[in-house]
Amino acid sequence: MDLINKAIQWLLAPAQWEGSGGLQTLLGQHLLFTVVTVAIAGLIAIPAGWAIGHTGKGREIAVGAAGIARAVPSFGLLILLVLIFGVLHKPEAAVLTFVLLAIPSLLAGAYTGFEAIDRKTIDAARAMGMTEWQILFKVEIPLGLPLLVGGIRSAVLQVVATVTIAAYVNLGGLGLPIITGLNLRRFDMVLGGALMVAVLALLLDVIFALAQKLAVPAGVGGVKKKMPGKVALANEADKDTNKSPGYLKSNEKEMS
Amino acid sequence: MNWIAENIGLIGSLSLEHLRQSLIAILVGFLLSIPLGWVAWRYRLVRGPVVTLTGLLYTIPSLALLMILPVLTGMSAISEANLIVALTLYAVAIMVRGVVDGLDSVDPAARSAATALGYGSARRFFAVDLPLAGPVILAGLRVTAVSSISLATVGILVGVTNLGYLFTNGLQRRIIEEVFAGILAVALIALAVDLLLILIGRWLMPWTRDPKKSQQAVKHATRQQVS
Repeated sequence: MDLINKAIQWLLAPAQWEGSGGLQTLLGQHLLFTVVTVAIAGLIAIPAGWAIGHTGKGREIAVGAAGIARAVPSFGLLILLVLIFGVLHKPEAAVLTFVLLAIPSLLAGAYTGFEAIDRKTIDAARAMGMTEWQILFKVEIPLGLPLLVGGIRSAVLQVVATVTIAAYVNLGGLGLPIITGLNLRRFDMVLGGALMVAVLALLLDVIFALAQKLAVPAGVGGVKKKMPGKVALANEADKDTNKSPGYLKSNEKEMS
Repeated sequence: MNWIAENIGLIGSLSLEHLRQSLIAILVGFLLSIPLGWVAWRYRLVRGPVVTLTGLLYTIPSLALLMILPVLTGMSAISEANLIVALTLYAVAIMVRGVVDGLDSVDPAARSAATALGYGSARRFFAVDLPLAGPVILAGLRVTAVSSISLATVGILVGVTNLGYLFTNGLQRRIIEEVFAGILAVALIALAVDLLLILIGRWLMPWTRDPKKSQQAVKHATRQQVS
């Protein structure tokens, strides 16, 4: 426990927050890497996931690709790409590694969001004469949003955790005090850096948990307030047949 | 490919180390998740805290956990035990939720039928609940196994030798083939263990050989990934 005190002292010391190598710079680098890579991955994966969800085609390919992607260690991929791209293009190598890491979660978030929608809702939209594009933009995307935000949440957390190893190839970020501290045997520094990454990850998780709640379209959430009795009954009936993980459940309940 | 041919012995011995470290973690994590998941499923009051806590555990970056754990447990940061404990914690974090969801997926009618036939609660759990929850639990176990094997490579950063050695050594010596061999070995081991788990699942749960039902398990696996 003594070490934890020392680590907190190290974290709070004004010296850590000064100059170009200060913790605020490292935090900024860490967040910049995360935002840039999740944004690029999102531009690729979200439209692709929506296409899979809307057409129902290509799902097996996406699942298979995600399985293979999970088997590839990001740490090794980062080093391989750094060696291939050359020393001058290290940031590009890191961004590509993290983009590949983020794609499977985003893709799954996009298409499972569509799959969780009650088919009757989509059939009703089609029966009302909506075009496929209208169904996509007015029905599927809004209703699929909570699960998509869930996908973005897990992609962000995976990337935040993995950006830590970017320091190993001298790209900065909050992994820097951990890697430097390890070499110097300064464990207060190592633990201070580790605590900071862990706290950042937890904070982001809380923010995205809130965003996920906010992503439920207004009309869908409103049903609960207007007809509490009916929804409560529906939830009871759902309970045993629902096979999705905990947090999905709350969203699906609100959708039903 | 010359480098790989010349160093096949090294790759082999590192692979064995790697496999040993990750298999212990996967197995211990699995054995811990069953009772934990059952408690969380059975008692609604503890369910929220258990699922949230294990979920939070998963958000802690591996390099950070490898550094925080020794302080809490008193182990040496560079010991193999440290890596195995960290991987076990991640395994529990993923699998507990899988066990809870699996038990949730069991048809209550089957449970009532077992009670009506005179099954006690322990016998009902092992003979009815657990096997019927099997496909969903297996999906969680497969995700856990593949990610543990891939995650174990980070151990080299705190000094635990496994296939991650090929990454750090390859970077220092600028041998692209060495790093590539490391990635290939990790991916092949992960996919082989995954395949083995599928086969064990089919052997233990013959009713899942029906393609329609195994598709449900696959669907679940991808959803779990989102969470």
